[in-house]
Formats: sequence, structure tokens, C-alpha cells
Amino acid sequence: MSVIKSDVLPIRSEQDIVLARQAVRKLTQELTFSIVDQTKFVTAASELARNTLIYGGGGDLYWEVILDGGRKGLKLSFKDEGPGIPDLKQAMTDGWTSGHGLGMGLSGSKRLVNDFEIESTPGKGTRVTITRWK
Amino acid sequence: MDRIPILQMGKFLLVTIQVDLHDRLALTLQDDLTAKIEKTNAKGVLIDISSLEIVDSFIGRMIANTSSMARILDAKTVVVGMQPAVAITLVELGLTLTGVQTALNVERGMHLLRTSLADKEADDVCDQV
Repeated sequence: MSVIKSDVLPIRSEQDIVLARQAVRKLTQELTFSIVDQTKFVTAASELARNTLIYGGGGDLYWEVILDGGRKGLKLSFKDEGPGIPDLKQAMTDGWTSGHGLGMGLSGSKRLVNDFEIESTPGKGTRVTITRWK
Repeated sequence: MDRIPILQMGKFLLVTIQVDLHDRLALTLQDDLTAKIEKTNAKGVLIDISSLEIVDSFIGRMIANTSSMARILDAKTVVVGMQPAVAITLVELGLTLTGVQTALNVERGMHLLRTSLADKEADDVCDQV
């Protein structure tokens, strides 16, 4: 698997969520994802960027355009150094929320992407990685 | 601060969301809209989201809450113009916007509001007789 290009975007304010959405939209367009795939991936990115900001206290979005065999994909990693998630299984349940949300962010985004990985260490932070293949 | 304009047309309020909504702007719209319903005694609200390229759980919740708040203030809300890709994504995300009335476009949405207002007024007349 090779990385064609990559960059980092800050997620530290609400405006950054909008900018991240726009950047991800542009990348999905460059990769000629279908409109539905673009919308799903941008929506997942928006959910995860908000989690990074609200629950993680801010962080960064690392994106990579990757080539694996003949297929291209877009990989996003949302990383924060916030309190972490003590019970990942519970956090991935539809409708469960630690805050004031609907509890659809994590479980919902997982359904919108091809690959979904989450790592979290209480006290250290959380990283969520999602990939969508063309 | 940015604001989304709310237009009054007779007994109805019209909102067209044409910018990428950040969270605070969505909440400001909710406050502005409920205040305006009270001030103008509006009986219906039409929210056009045809320019919105995504609706995530936050914006979806804002739309659902606004619709419930309007209903409590005796105004009916119709959300129009949702892009098909947005509808597909919302349902997969797990949001079905239960209780939110929708229509395909502004014209049908206005028709829905007018019909429901006419029905309501007819009922009121019947009650008085």
C-alpha cells in the first residue's frame, strides 16, 4: 500500500469542522467517488471531527490518499489527546451517549465507511481511522 | 455574526439554508426562528435545505428540534429539497427525522402548508358553529 499524498488539518473550533468537511469533499471529488459515496464519507468525517472537538477537546485530522493494488482510497485519522473512552464497546452502541448528542456519531459513521478502526486509552486520547475505497 | 435570513410570506415563514452550516449558526437559526414565529404569529415554516450537501446528526437534530418547537408554538414545519444522497446518508447514519414533515420541493411544501392551514381554519369555523 502506498501513500499518494497526505496532509494534516487542525480540529480546534467549529469553523475547523466546516473546513475539514470541505477539504474531505474536495478529496472525494478528486478521487471521483459517486455523489452518494462523497456524501456518506463527508458526513462520517463531520461526525468524527465534532467528536474530536467536543469529547477530545480538539485534535488533528490526518488524511491520506492511498493506493492498494489497483484501487485508490481515502483514509482519515482523527486524533485527540483528550480523556479517552473507557468502554469502547458501549461507545459503539447506537443511541449511547456520554454527552448531549444522539449517540449516533460513532456507530453511525461506522456504517458510512468501508473500514473503521478505533483506539482509545483513558487519560491519553483517542484515534479513529476511517477509509473509503473508490 | 452570520445569520440565516428568515422571510415572511403572509402567515408563513421561509428559510433557505444556503451556506455550509456550522454548529453555532444552526443553533442561532433555531432561536431566531422560534422568536419570529412568536412575533409574527406564523402558522407555518418552510425550510429549504436543497443547498445543503450534508446533514449530519447535529444538523439533523437541529431540524427535528426546530420542527417540534414550532409545533408547540402552533406552527407547522415542512422541510423541502433534501438531496437524495443526503436522504440515503441520513437513514444509514440512523436518523430518520421522525415527526418532521417533508416535501420534494418548495412548491409542494407551500401547497402542504396552505392545505393544512385551510383545513385547520375550516375546523375552527365548524367548532364555532
